[in-house]
Amino acid sequence: MKEELKVKKIKDGTVIDHIKAGLGKKVLDILGIGDGFSNTTALLMNVPSEKIGRKDIVKIENKTLKKEEVDKIALIAPNATWNVIKDFKVVRKSRIEIPDMLEGILKCPNPKCITNSNEPIKPNFIIEEKEPVRLRCNYCERLFDLKDVL
Amino acid sequence: MSLKGRDIISIRDLKKDEVELILDSAEKMESYARGEKVLKLMEGKILGTLFFEPSTRTRLSFTAAMQRLGGQVMGFSGTSVTSIAKGENLTDTIRTVERYCDIIVIRHPLEGSARLAAEVSSKPVINAGDGANQHPTQTLLDLYTIKKVKGRIKGLNIALLGDLKYARTMRSLACALAMFDADLTLISPRGLEMTSDILSEIENNYGKKPFQTNDIDAGLRKADVIYICRIQKERFEDKYEAEKMQKAFRITPEVLSQCKDEVAILHPLPKVTEIDPRVDEMKCAKYFDQTFYGVPVRMALLALISGVM
Ligand SMILES: [Zn+2]
Repeated sequence: MKEELKVKKIKDGTVIDHIKAGLGKKVLDILGIGDGFSNTTALLMNVPSEKIGRKDIVKIENKTLKKEEVDKIALIAPNATWNVIKDFKVVRKSRIEIPDMLEGILKCPNPKCITNSNEPIKPNFIIEEKEPVRLRCNYCERLFDLKDVL
Repeated sequence: MSLKGRDIISIRDLKKDEVELILDSAEKMESYARGEKVLKLMEGKILGTLFFEPSTRTRLSFTAAMQRLGGQVMGFSGTSVTSIAKGENLTDTIRTVERYCDIIVIRHPLEGSARLAAEVSSKPVINAGDGANQHPTQTLLDLYTIKKVKGRIKGLNIALLGDLKYARTMRSLACALAMFDADLTLISPRGLEMTSDILSEIENNYGKKPFQTNDIDAGLRKADVIYICRIQKERFEDKYEAEKMQKAFRITPEVLSQCKDEVAILHPLPKVTEIDPRVDEMKCAKYFDQTFYGVPVRMALLALISGVM
């Protein structure tokens, strides 16, 4: 109940809920929210949750998420939920799932990969394993752990 | 099943029945590859060989294959005299060259370069080596050689010997052999073992668990085929250790006296010191035949992807 009230405090924007406790800060980092970001933003940490024990919640006013941003969040906070708020109401609620492919959002850490040269291409990765996440660069075919690419 | 119009970029892109089609087609090409019969299958077609770094053997093998098919070859080797030296990117080079030829063969030091070339080009692209990543025609000719020399691949004990961590040949071959249900023995110096990504690929995709050892004698005793590659000195901290390892992982008549009588030895060539020259004269030495088999395999591939076979 208490939490619902908090959600409703946003008029328009985005609420990312059910983030595993401790990862909320990383979600903000991934969205590039920090110095210079002017929208009202809230990070709630260690909120008691029936489903996952303790969770973090991120609320951002007047921001909608792009597909790339949702995919990126999925990598570090799988199973989080994503709420779109319009006029104080949740108009869309979905679970954030790890995609099968990631296009254009991460850089390949292999310095000898063609995506790191002067070619007009975006790196893309195939998610080969989801728990824990392991991704293969579609170009150099190297397999990476999540920590290598974030 | 048809490979017409297909790019050959990575052995990972090929299904088992597609590999079988290539190997079976190579068999049909052999007498033409030897020059015993003449083919005009690809008359009027041009193969573009873009070697951004030199690899004489591979380039000659592709050239022989195309010419034996009755086609022609154009291209370059090295980048010092080309527009690349002026700073042109690969994308633009491919867009230009694809207008001159029917199939492109590319060798390039950057990993993923061949994949990019294939995306840009409307003509089929064959990867002839993209840095440390893939060299699928090498893997195909390795499979073909084993099949020719041993009559089969399935159930053979195949020992891969040398630098299994960095050698592109070994990493690709290990997966391909597992696909064909061979039993793998992996023998390497400490620190140059096959990496876990390849091992799990082998296990997840083919349910195979290779036997791994740092002891050459234990590894080779049961081998039907020994595939050896070079161990580069630069892989070791000090020169003394490097030389010690090169010596310990060398194939000599003495080492072979512990092996099966019918063992076959393969090597991607060029070889340096890893095989004793006395072995060249022995019946187990199959690496020069292996080089020849590159021609019918590449002929088959060229014919299949251009749709004339
Ligand atoms: Zn890459």
